[in-house]
Amino acid sequence: MNFYERLMQLDRRWIYLGVAIAVTIPVLAPFKVPVYITPEAKAVYEFVENTKPGEIIFLAIDYDPNAMAELHPMARTIMRQSFSRGIRLIISALSQNGPGMAEQLISQISKEYNKKNGMDYVYLGYKPYPGITILAMGQNFRIPFPTDYYGTPLDSLPMMDGVRNYDDVKGIISIVAGNIAEYWINYANGRYKAKVFFGVTGVMTADYYPFLQSGQLLGLLGGLKGASEYERLAKQEGVATEGMSIQTVAHLVVIAFIVVGNIGFFMSKKKKR
Amino acid sequence: MRYKNLNRLLILTFFFFFLILPLGQILAQEDTLPPAPPTEVRASDTQNDNGHSITITWKLSGDDGAGKKDVVAYEILRSESPAGEFVVRGMVPAGNNTYQDRGAKEKEDKNYFHPYHDFYYKVRAKTLNSYSESGVAGPAQAYGQWFHLGKLPVFVGTLAFTIMVLAFISLARKGKKFYVRPLAGIDAVDDAIGRATEMGRPILYILGLGSAADIATIASFTILNRIAKKTAEHKTKIIVPCNDPIVMSVAQETVKAGYLDAGRPDMYQEENIFYITSMQFAYVAAVNGIMLREKTATNFYLGKFYAESLILAETGSVAGSIQISGTDEIAQIPFFVAATDYTLIGEELYAASAYLGREPLLLGALKAQDLAKAIVMISLASGAVAASFHLDFFLRLFTVQM
Amino acid sequence: MRRQLPILIVFVSGVFMVIQYFIPHESFEFIYEYAMDWIIIIGIFAMLLGLWSLTRASVSKVQAKAPGWGFSVMTLVGLATMLFLGFYKGNKSIAEGTFFMDLFWYIYTPIQATMFSLLAFYIASAAYRSFRVRTVLATILLVTALIIMLRLIPLGPISGVNQWLASWILTVPNMAAKRAIWIGVGLGATATALKIIFGIERAYMGKD
Repeated sequence: MNFYERLMQLDRRWIYLGVAIAVTIPVLAPFKVPVYITPEAKAVYEFVENTKPGEIIFLAIDYDPNAMAELHPMARTIMRQSFSRGIRLIISALSQNGPGMAEQLISQISKEYNKKNGMDYVYLGYKPYPGITILAMGQNFRIPFPTDYYGTPLDSLPMMDGVRNYDDVKGIISIVAGNIAEYWINYANGRYKAKVFFGVTGVMTADYYPFLQSGQLLGLLGGLKGASEYERLAKQEGVATEGMSIQTVAHLVVIAFIVVGNIGFFMSKKKKR
Repeated sequence: MRYKNLNRLLILTFFFFFLILPLGQILAQEDTLPPAPPTEVRASDTQNDNGHSITITWKLSGDDGAGKKDVVAYEILRSESPAGEFVVRGMVPAGNNTYQDRGAKEKEDKNYFHPYHDFYYKVRAKTLNSYSESGVAGPAQAYGQWFHLGKLPVFVGTLAFTIMVLAFISLARKGKKFYVRPLAGIDAVDDAIGRATEMGRPILYILGLGSAADIATIASFTILNRIAKKTAEHKTKIIVPCNDPIVMSVAQETVKAGYLDAGRPDMYQEENIFYITSMQFAYVAAVNGIMLREKTATNFYLGKFYAESLILAETGSVAGSIQISGTDEIAQIPFFVAATDYTLIGEELYAASAYLGREPLLLGALKAQDLAKAIVMISLASGAVAASFHLDFFLRLFTVQM
Repeated sequence: MRRQLPILIVFVSGVFMVIQYFIPHESFEFIYEYAMDWIIIIGIFAMLLGLWSLTRASVSKVQAKAPGWGFSVMTLVGLATMLFLGFYKGNKSIAEGTFFMDLFWYIYTPIQATMFSLLAFYIASAAYRSFRVRTVLATILLVTALIIMLRLIPLGPISGVNQWLASWILTVPNMAAKRAIWIGVGLGATATALKIIFGIERAYMGKD
């Protein structure tokens, strides 16, 4: 086996090592990379920015801890932006392990802005079978959630007075990993014509562009890049912006591996001739 | 010089007191004057709904976007009698001329909307500090419809496709032979099972993360049935770790049926088809463990897959297993293509059971799909032409209202 | 009868679900919602079945000292611990700051995040092996992948062009291909559903 053939059949553990080094460097020696803002991310930002103080946005926190790295920064930034503008939030967590994370964000950020449960936000919590829950909320939030996460009946929360279903909120922003996203599009938008915005993980991003074009989705934040765009727009640069340097280096390394693999492929083919 | 300035001052004072001030007062009064009222208010049952809503339409106030341009919103009021007390039901911003007055369908709900009951409506045009009201419209009653007209194109399509499927199946029943193009992934199934038998190692079958109601999972059940039959014939062990308890129960029945078909019910072992957890990554960790410990010769990944697809497939590839994958989750297809030996793309997964069974009835449905696809392609092309030439009537044929 | 009855149930429920889509009337809505409640109830009972299956499989592995039986012990210990901690204080057991939540935050969350981040390594290795300029089509795939990846990397003056190109790829060719697959998947899913409703495909039912 010559050098090029060996290059072509590189043991995958070398690749793992290369990626490991690549993601460690920016952690040890942080640097900043410029962020290009996409129109679909700007659409989410402008929706929140154009919502008037006192109006309600439905913020769905639909992901498990595994997607936290990408999605938590989005949820956090949107929550801060909303609270700082005096927008009220109805928050749900329809992913099995989502309630704990939503609760953590709520307790932290509501304190920062001195927001009160039941007045400035309502936390509905978790119900199994997201599709059915989303469908039922289109009729009335009280069907799947007679009480909020803390056990208080929705009817006794001042903020929920006269708030029945998606008609009474300005729009839905779902920060979502996995198939719950489809239910928001099919049911909340399809059946009840709610305005739906998404923040999704990097691997899901390409999947949701078709919905943007068809108007079923009005804005999209894709992966850590989307999160960093949002942080930039909301002027709250944080973990996502920092993480972009890791993304950059990791991508460069992957590209380098692809190039090396192709050089090996090309040269070994040439030799054979 | 000085007098000239004094004159100017006097003229300005005169203008201020006798012209600008009164004009301002008139304008200020004008601001509290009511706008032109909305006209032609109509109230009627909302179409294609469950019967708890009335739609109100009106002609915009003359001062909305035109005239004084000071209308900011419209309020919609409702009463149970024309002379009765009108209650505000909702508000829409200026420029809108329809409102759906919706309510709950549960009688015990505070916001219950009474069907088959007369309601009267008024629309109020609002400025910042004044308003004017339209005449009373109504009575209107809300009632539910028995067919959703907006979904007519879907209905026609579904009906046509059902007829096509049944027609092809009956053709197949009469003995007509259909040609279906070979699928590499399916052709590899026999080899893959044979390999496992030769190596004396088990086969791993993953049904994915879908529920028993997902079509991909159902398609996977039928493939599992056929593969179980083959493994029973080869006396090879098949392991099916499940992500959902319902899926597990169905999978047990399916595998048992496969063993029965092969005439080897004695070989069926229920404990090889088991539930692990519904947590995505905990499940992946467990399955990866099984792959590495049991050194499975062949891995099947057929069903709904999400981010775990590549983690499973890469681990299987490290373990040296032959891997056959298939999913209708489009985002995962590239990962499977890159990391497994054969991939069934999208509907090929649904078709696989027909291929494996080679039952003419099931192949008939495949032919119906092909025909439907041809019709879709022709419609797409004509739709593109129609849209380019603004032939709206053609596009309306396909427009679905939810 | 044992064979006909399930097929009849499948047929009736299947046909009902198709029809209800076209009928907005509340009487159909009511039956639909009633059916949805059934799904939830069945799901919860099935959970018990799953729990039983997991416990039985793990216990028999431990008893047989099968390879890796230590993992089965861990599974059983984890299951018992989380069940106990989740229940013993009723509603308050899963409030912030309890031992249950500590386990969630400091054990479960990092493990999940680790499993997910394995993807980064696996994607790199899969990309290395599959993106080769073997054929014209493979080359197109490679170039497209590079453009999309470079979208995340600052490229100075050509960044804008690349961004435009990347978003064009995502919104035009990507979408066209996806919709084509979706149409196929949609027809295939409908055909499969019809085969099940009409009892032509019944392998999933098992035999007795």
